[in-house]
Amino acid sequence: MTHGSPSAATDELTPQAVRLRIYRMLVETRVCEKRISDLFLQNLVKGTSHLALGQEAVAAGVAAAMEKDDYSFLTFRGHHHVIARGASMKGVLGEMMGRECGLMAGKGGSMHLSDAKLNIMASYAILGSQLAIACGAGWSAQYRGTRQATVAFFGDGTANLGAFHESLNLAAVWKLPVLFICENNLYGEYTATHRVTAVEHPAADRAAGYGLERIVIDGNDADAVYQTARRALAKARAGDGPSLIECLTYRQSGHSRADPAAYRPKGELEEWLERDPLTTYRRRMLELGFDEAQLEQIEIETQQTVDRATEEAKASPPSPVSLAFQDVWADGGIAWRN
Amino acid sequence: MAELSYREAVAAGIAQEMERDPNVVFLGEDVGEAGGVFKATVGLLERFGPKRVRDTPISEEAILGTAMGAAMTGLRPVAEIMFSDFLAVCWDYVANQIAKTRYMTHGQFSFPLVIRTANGGGSRFGAQHSQSVENWAMAVPGIKVVAPSTPADVKGLLAAAIRDPDPVLFFEHKSLYATRGEVPAGEHVESLGTARILRRGEHITIAALAAMVPRSLAAAEILAREHGISATVIDVRSLVPLDTRTLLEETRATGRLFTVEENPRLCGWGAELASIVMEECFYDLDQPVIRITTPHIPLPSTDVLEDAVIPSVERIVQEVRKGVDFR
Repeated sequence: MTHGSPSAATDELTPQAVRLRIYRMLVETRVCEKRISDLFLQNLVKGTSHLALGQEAVAAGVAAAMEKDDYSFLTFRGHHHVIARGASMKGVLGEMMGRECGLMAGKGGSMHLSDAKLNIMASYAILGSQLAIACGAGWSAQYRGTRQATVAFFGDGTANLGAFHESLNLAAVWKLPVLFICENNLYGEYTATHRVTAVEHPAADRAAGYGLERIVIDGNDADAVYQTARRALAKARAGDGPSLIECLTYRQSGHSRADPAAYRPKGELEEWLERDPLTTYRRRMLELGFDEAQLEQIEIETQQTVDRATEEAKASPPSPVSLAFQDVWADGGIAWRN
Repeated sequence: MAELSYREAVAAGIAQEMERDPNVVFLGEDVGEAGGVFKATVGLLERFGPKRVRDTPISEEAILGTAMGAAMTGLRPVAEIMFSDFLAVCWDYVANQIAKTRYMTHGQFSFPLVIRTANGGGSRFGAQHSQSVENWAMAVPGIKVVAPSTPADVKGLLAAAIRDPDPVLFFEHKSLYATRGEVPAGEHVESLGTARILRRGEHITIAALAAMVPRSLAAAEILAREHGISATVIDVRSLVPLDTRTLLEETRATGRLFTVEENPRLCGWGAELASIVMEECFYDLDQPVIRITTPHIPLPSTDVLEDAVIPSVERIVQEVRKGVDFR
């Protein structure tokens, strides 16, 4: 597979029901991210937030290919994956707003979204750490003899970190059932990736170093992502080891809420908006004969879900102060002495 | 009872727990086929097979990350970091990930894992293979910190660490690997967070850890025999949780506390203990707390220099004599 592979629009590999699921995920992640952005402007979200607007197809395509008991390891830019894997909107929005109803009751915040019930094995805010931790989940599944696969996401910048290389090597040597999925959104924080990376494709061009196939796909094409993930998951479950997949995509907003992304060359954003994962997928579905009313129904329902979740989260009390003094240890406490 | 070396007790502790619980797995550099660079894990690969005893690449980040991911998905890994100095290259996993993810996720995940590592000086290995870094670990909320001084405690505390539902950083001392001692036969499990009183005296209380324990005991003998100073000696054993009850009681009993620490001076574990003593039993003290530590320097390599800086039996005797105040 190479960059610029033909559109997956007519590919038979994405069944209709899956396309509908993917579309719903795309809409949900988009609407929810926009809502988080709005809540920020209303000063209801504290701290920072790293939006994945424009990168929704990676989340939707992979989540649609995963089984319920597969593991996800995410990054500080992970809202889209958490939503695509089915976490409660109220839980996500509540966490953003520091409410008791948040996924972690306000103790983690935007960068650490997790939901153990859904095997969303946390979001990590130190770049690269999640890759090594994902190896452990993969090893555990291999050891316990389950068919569970593990999926770890990371950004283009992480491919220049030591943890990336240590994890890929170990996963390849131990044939771990792990998918390492790079969301190459062209920027590592404020710096264009090509300016600081020795190869054109920060993840895929390193694949040969670990005896892995070089895979670069259009990360804005949810079908391409879905089909690639399916193949890689099947390979993992068959005991044939890890995959490294580089998804080319684009971060439509700045790195974080503090970043207006003024460093982007003129016209770049507009060019990528032409390839927006949501609008292109909608167009494709219509071309494939889906009823527009059905798509509109999904859009309306999602809007209602996010509106309701927003109101519920706003109504939830702030995290009680007592929570600060809980859960350092497995006994629920924080004692370090007798 | 059986006599084992400190290094044999490591393998005995791991083996006891692997035998008991099929979810206990062991990984690290050279731990399997080579039996560990300190020969502390000889025989485990042969006994438990390559599925449970896994040699890793020289990749400390991958080792600790893998242990963490395995722990949060149902296994009880024991990971070896060959020298405690190497913790610096994978400190993210200790300080940011393993220690904090339970808290950050509001208790959604558990991390029942043990990181074993060879700590401390005396081997003439120089500044990057000899450090005592237990105080680094003590500064991170969310990880337990244990450092045994005898073969029996190696086995018993390692077993306790493996059974513990929380992550434990287990510091073995390089210069103690060859020491021998009685280890209870059959299943042996100690309890984390308990100090042990090794001898009782009436004048001073000495709190020591790991390799400083036998030195403090030897110093206490000399102090009693030659200088008429009778000392209580406590093996602290566990820095987190810290057995403050025992340490405070024994400090009150003599009114004089000396700490003997191998870690460099600043923010050594004894500083925390001194602060607790100040706050909680100041009026029971007959004199200031005195800390006997390695100076605040990187460790030099050659024997003459290394021996001059890590607290020795002679220096403990000397500093106690100089510092003790019987007014």
